[in-house]
Amino acid sequence: MSRLAVSHIAKSYDGNPAVRDISFEVAAGRVLALCGENGAGKSTLMKMLSGATKPDGGEIRLAGKPVAIAGPSDAMALGIRTVYQELSLLPHLSVAENMLLGRMPTRGFSFVVDWPQANRIASRVLADFGFPEIDPTALVGSLSVARQQIVEIAKALVAEPAILILDEPTAVLSAVEADKLFAKVRSLAATGATVLYISHRLEEIYAIADEIVVLKDGRSVLSGATAELDQDRLIQAMVGRPLSAIFPERRGNAGRMVLEVEKLSLHGHFEDVSFQARAGEIVGMFGLVGSGRTEIAKAIFGAMRADEGSVRLNEVSANFATPSQAVRGHVALLTEDRKGDGLALDVGVIDNAGLASFARYATNGIIDSAKRRQLVGEKIRELSIKLTDPAQPVRQLSGGNQQKVVLAKWLLVENIQLFIFDEPTRGVDIATKVEIYQMIRDLADSGVAVLMISSEMPEVLGMADRLLVVRDGRIVAELLPANFQPETVFAHAAGLEIGAQPGERLH
Amino acid sequence: MTETTAGTSQAQPAMLRRFSRADLLFVAAILLLVVFASLASDAFLTQRNFVNVSRQLVTNGFLSLGMLMVIRTGGIDLSVGSVLAFAGLLATGLQEQMHFSAAIAVALAMGAAVGFVNGWLTARFNLQPFIVTLATMGSLRGLTYVYADTPRYPADEMFRALIGGAFVGPVPVAFIVFALAVPCVWFYLNHTVSGRAAFALGVNKEAVRLAGVNVNRHLIFAYVACGVFAAIAGVLLASRLGIAQPSVGIGYELDAIAAVVIGGGLLGGGGGTAMGVLGGVLALAVVDNVLNLFNVDSYYQQLLKGLIILVAVLARRKKA
Repeated sequence: MSRLAVSHIAKSYDGNPAVRDISFEVAAGRVLALCGENGAGKSTLMKMLSGATKPDGGEIRLAGKPVAIAGPSDAMALGIRTVYQELSLLPHLSVAENMLLGRMPTRGFSFVVDWPQANRIASRVLADFGFPEIDPTALVGSLSVARQQIVEIAKALVAEPAILILDEPTAVLSAVEADKLFAKVRSLAATGATVLYISHRLEEIYAIADEIVVLKDGRSVLSGATAELDQDRLIQAMVGRPLSAIFPERRGNAGRMVLEVEKLSLHGHFEDVSFQARAGEIVGMFGLVGSGRTEIAKAIFGAMRADEGSVRLNEVSANFATPSQAVRGHVALLTEDRKGDGLALDVGVIDNAGLASFARYATNGIIDSAKRRQLVGEKIRELSIKLTDPAQPVRQLSGGNQQKVVLAKWLLVENIQLFIFDEPTRGVDIATKVEIYQMIRDLADSGVAVLMISSEMPEVLGMADRLLVVRDGRIVAELLPANFQPETVFAHAAGLEIGAQPGERLH
Repeated sequence: MTETTAGTSQAQPAMLRRFSRADLLFVAAILLLVVFASLASDAFLTQRNFVNVSRQLVTNGFLSLGMLMVIRTGGIDLSVGSVLAFAGLLATGLQEQMHFSAAIAVALAMGAAVGFVNGWLTARFNLQPFIVTLATMGSLRGLTYVYADTPRYPADEMFRALIGGAFVGPVPVAFIVFALAVPCVWFYLNHTVSGRAAFALGVNKEAVRLAGVNVNRHLIFAYVACGVFAAIAGVLLASRLGIAQPSVGIGYELDAIAAVVIGGGLLGGGGGTAMGVLGGVLALAVVDNVLNLFNVDSYYQQLLKGLIILVAVLARRKKA
């Protein structure tokens, strides 16, 4: 009998269907991968299973019995634990307290917290998970993002769940950490737990899942054993288009010098960074999480002040002290954290998209609403942003469409000469990725210099005209497309032994 | 990325955690003020003055402890001054009809009820506590005048003799009550399920809800506790002064917020300790006392207190 069966489940928000009709079954001890583009209904499905929202229709059965999951505590009572994509940790609390939130051990009276016991439990779970070095008394805010993700997962492991739901758990993890997670997932399944694994990364799905369900437009459109589904069929089902033609063609028309970075250092983040970018060129920057890539971009953009070194733009000194100077200096930065510093989520699309280009539609501080509506409207059509109303809060859009709003914001600024993209496709579905890649290439072709930072290797290898590899705050290699082998790039990024190859410059 | 667990880790919430540099500077500044006051005024270092200060700080002390509990949830309670006034009037006025201890119980129950309304409206309807408590602050002040538009005097002499006018040795009973409340609040904040849940939801309510916690219950409890503490402050004040006025307590919420912020509390949640609030309360009391001893105009007192708050917040500002 199946441990979990979902049949014809549906959910709408304000009349917009997020999940139309999803059905699947999974047995105890199995790992089921749920894949699909953003907006396919994965997150909504997960929220219904974890009690964060209630379904409008359909049925959820556990071990054959229909269940009503009215709130998070119901789901937990049924043995369902969820690891959300957005970290739900509280930075000002300790690791142990985060892991045991809502179920702190007590002693004497039921309301008196037993701190030593809490720390013991947390430290045991972390050690079982393969991370004995994480101190249960440390404040979560003092941990790296990767470690926070580990704690987030460990929080779900505390209760020894019967059904564990993981939503994009490896997005910020290193390869070593991801391997430990996979080992844990397998050992959980071996002891009879059911794991639902949501991921964009097909390699991961093939490495970990026994079965796959593909979601598209709120429906389950394909399901089967992993061994029986090849990648092409999977992608076709998810995107509705074949794997080929994802990256636009390189044209190799680098023109005049736009950006010159000379011996730039910000102690503790990066040291002695020098590189150039020319008009019409896409310079890729690859590095592991924490290698200092983002900080380099922020320093160029004036969001962080470098300690030493210089930046020149169009052969003029451009050591920006603030982002507003940088924007006036014709530089744009799309940050890696769309929700944190890219968008005001509860504010409408128009206001978000118009945030960097007041000069185009406001005179003397008074906004010409009609003009703004027209300018933003053009970009909405150009980028085919899916929305019901331009005044709609950005929060209601899917991840891919949110990212397009960020793009629209910067595309509305006139005369940008250097575009810095930091993880331009994070949390974005494949179809939108293809559109974003094309747009970045079009930008370069129009004579803009592009610096594209990414931790997704296929993306930088597919897009870059030149690739800089960053490790521990230093540029350790500069490669041309002829030398774009994933193994080589990874070896540089991870600091593994490798000899210099012809055509590449070691720094 | 390297982890810095050593520097910022908090092993166990101990009552006396390691002081930050801002704390030490602050303590040093207060000590300096004390030394200066002792040298410059004969009246400062006297038992009489200390008894006075310790009695006077009880009012702001209770208001601040309650305010701390609410501020830790990311909220605020502007109604404490009104609760204080109404509680004082109930505790004295009702003595015509009942024993003073029963009158006190009614006053405290009123504080709890107002706190419940504040917390329930905030939690149930997801309203901003600033607006909710602004509304109860005004309504309750009106209700207070409806109940009694002239001062009331306690009918039972024991009301003063046993509480506001009572001493154990040289120490005022009211101060002892306050001194006992501080470790109780500390225990609530650090060692109870409700206190920890309230602290957690101050920063991310949704995360706490998704952990299966009954968020509203813990949120409401903090407001109820704050209301009760404000009522206690009102009863103690009426008992000490021997009179309850409907106009008392206007603007007291600001001193309470100031004490929390000076003590390291963060508006919007995520910080604040019982010991910090105690420090904030003591500091404000000493400043008030010194300025009074030197007959500084009350306008200057307000000006100076505002500056102290600004300096305290700046000193504790996290480096970006």
